[in-house]
Formats: sequence, structure tokens, C-alpha cells
Amino acid sequence: MEYRRLGIIARLATPLRGMGQRFILASLVVAGFGFMLMGSSELAFIERMRTTVADVAAPVLGTIVHPVAAVDRGITNIRELFALRSQNARLRQEVDRLQAWQGTAHRLVAENSAFRQKLNYKGPKRDSFITVRVIADGRGPFVKSVLVNAGARDGASKGQAVITSGSLVGRVFAAGARSARVLILTDLNSRIPVIVEESRTRAILAGDNSPQPTLNYLPESAVVKASQRIVTSGHGGILPPGLPVGRVIVTEGGVLRVQPFVNLERLEYLQIVEFATVGAPKARTGAPWHRTR
Amino acid sequence: MTAAILTRLDLWARRLIPAGLSVIFVLVTVVPLPIPGYATIVPMLVLASVFFWAIHHPGLLPPVVVFAIGLLQDILSGALMGSSTVVFLLVYGVIVSQRTVFLNKSFLVVWFGFMMVTLGAGTLSWCFASAFSGQLISSQAMLFKVLVTMAIYPLLTWVFHGVHKLLPQEA
Repeated sequence: MEYRRLGIIARLATPLRGMGQRFILASLVVAGFGFMLMGSSELAFIERMRTTVADVAAPVLGTIVHPVAAVDRGITNIRELFALRSQNARLRQEVDRLQAWQGTAHRLVAENSAFRQKLNYKGPKRDSFITVRVIADGRGPFVKSVLVNAGARDGASKGQAVITSGSLVGRVFAAGARSARVLILTDLNSRIPVIVEESRTRAILAGDNSPQPTLNYLPESAVVKASQRIVTSGHGGILPPGLPVGRVIVTEGGVLRVQPFVNLERLEYLQIVEFATVGAPKARTGAPWHRTR
Repeated sequence: MTAAILTRLDLWARRLIPAGLSVIFVLVTVVPLPIPGYATIVPMLVLASVFFWAIHHPGLLPPVVVFAIGLLQDILSGALMGSSTVVFLLVYGVIVSQRTVFLNKSFLVVWFGFMMVTLGAGTLSWCFASAFSGQLISSQAMLFKVLVTMAIYPLLTWVFHGVHKLLPQEA
């Protein structure tokens, strides 16, 4: 008797539970779509949720990164050991060449400071840096961004320039308390005001997820040649002016692209530039998935 | 008494394996490895995990957990929030409803099924990314990622089956 009743319950319970499960699944899929819609419209609470989760995960990711980096350093050391001889010869040559440059640089520094004094030039304030470590690599097929282990409590905030070895990597687009997301300049949503260093021609460097972002919105009369240096223009007051970005390359079809100076494939330590501006407009920087208009 | 508690704790720990392994996979996917292009082509490990557990132990990886794992992956990788979530949930739903097709079948059948699922998931992710950025994104990197994921599945299956033996039998 007992057994039979249990049998009935079981027979009823299975499809019922199946229906319940299916309902839950469907609701969750709808919720997922909801997140996609809300995430692409930059809602404050979505932003907060993102940064909170990233903040919680940051210490864990930071811990994982250490052994990975140690192994990498070991491998690099061994590889370098073998290349020591040829590297030494190359470096000697380079020292010779750079010594000549050093002389020139010293002369120019002296000359520059003399000119500045004469002109009573008020240069930009000295920028300060926060050195951070990449703890999560989000350079997937559709997004180019990384998570770093410093956030608002360390002084990072949205819009700041991110560099490594003196050249531009991208900028901060979301900062949590102890983690921040950096949008790399090759990302689809990255737009950076730049100038051609030589001719001071303005342009916008637009990422398209390829390794070499394109140079857009040049004046019609502009003549840009391959291998000219591109630096940030500082227009908009968010990025400091004069940060090296890359060199112009002309691709087939005459499209102007920029080969970044930084090897974006290997990002380990980065510097967030705290640009000292006075009354800079609080511009909205395009978050990923934020449609650029 | 203590033994009973320990046994229960042990059982609970084992029950957490599918979800735990998936979370570890999320972390492995986003950790910056010093391999050129790693981040672009890193296989969709979590997708494989969802696929496997949906066939073998859907009870230990309920939809809510799949949802949370997808969201975690999206947030840590900086991808469109909700895109992996929806892809994982759809894969989960399809596979759970078709479990019998894959249970106790030869590995080649399962592998073929996984290839189809990966292709579908890749296409769907690409559609989401394109739709929400308002332009057609190059699908080359995604295609490469899909191929890498397909190729690595036998190795992952070996890991999953090893872990599978640790699970409580009754679940």
C-alpha cells in the first residue's frame, strides 16, 4: 500500500519537477537577456554589480597570477641565458649609438629649460602614476580589456590613461574599490584623440578589435606618411597630451592604421596616469558595449 | 557522531565538485598567461564543463548555478554581461532534455555532439556581441576559439571522467 502510494507520488513528481526546472531555466534565460540589455545601457547598479564582483575576485586572481608569473620568469631566464652572447654584442652596439643620442638629449634639455625661462612657460603639472598588475585578461574575440589590481581606493578612476614602458595601452573605463577594468586601445569601443607628432594633425584613433587600430577623422588636406609617430593630443582634457601611442602604417587600400608601441599581447605591469588637470570636463568614456554614436 | 558529520561534510564537498570545477575553469580562462594570443584563443572550458555535467549530473549543476557561473565569466572577462550566461543556459537546457542521446554512447558520438554545441554557442556569442555593439564584428577569432575548444575536448573529457569518479553515486 505504502509502496504504491509512493509510486504514484514519484510518477507525478518527476514531470512536475521537470516543469518547474524548465520554468526556472526559462526565467533565467530571460534574466540573462535582461542583463545584456541593461549592461549595454550603462545602468548604475549594473556597473556597481560588475565592480563589486571584480573586487571580490581580485584577491583570488591576484594570488593565481603569482605562480604563473614565476614560472614565466623562470622560462624567460633560461631562454635569455642561451641568448646572452648575441644579446651582449647587440647591446654594446646600442650603447654606442645611444651615447651619441644622450649628448643630444642633454643639450636639448638645457636648451629647452633656457627657452622656458625666457618664455615664462607654465608647463603641465607633473602626473603621478599608480603601478598595477594585470590580474585577469579579458581579451576575448569580441572585447579587448584587462582587469588590474588597483581601484578607487588606490586613486584609479574612470577615464585615466594607462601606459606601460611610457607608451599608451588604453584607459580605465570602470573602477571598483580595489580593481579596475582597462579598455585597451585596440577595443572596438576605444576612441582616443591623437595627433601626428610631426605635423600636429589631429585625428581619432579608433579600435576595431584588430591589433592595429585605425586613424580616423583626419582633415582632408592632411598628409600622413607611414612610420610617423602618433601621440595623444590631450584634447578633451582626459588623457595627458604627448603620450606615445604608435607608428602609422598604410595598409592595402590606403587605410591608415597605427602599430602600437606597446606589445599588447604581453601585458603584465601597467601604470595608471593620474593626470593633473584643472577643471577637466567629466566626459563619459565609452564603456564596452556602449554603442558609439 | 563526528564520523557522521565528517561523512556528510565529505558528501557535500563532493557534491560541489561540478560547480567548483566550473568556477576554476572561469578563473583559468581569464588568468593572464604569458602565451601570445592566449586570451583570444583560450578554449571555452566552462562550456565544456556545462556540457559534460548536463549529461552526467545535471542535478549537481542546477540552472541557477549555471547562471551564476556565466555571469562571473562575463564580469571577469569584461564581455557583454549576460551573453555567456544565456549561451550556457541554452546549452544546458538543450543537453539536459537530450541527455539520453549522449548517455552511455561512444566517445565519438559525444564529441560530435559537443562540436555541434560549440559551433552553436560560438555563433550565438558572435550574434550577441554584434547585435549589442551595433556592427558586424570579425568572427575570425571566435571561429579559431571554437576550433581550439573542439580539439581540446578529448583531454577535458579525461579530466571530467577522473573527477566524475569522486562524485557520490546516488546523485
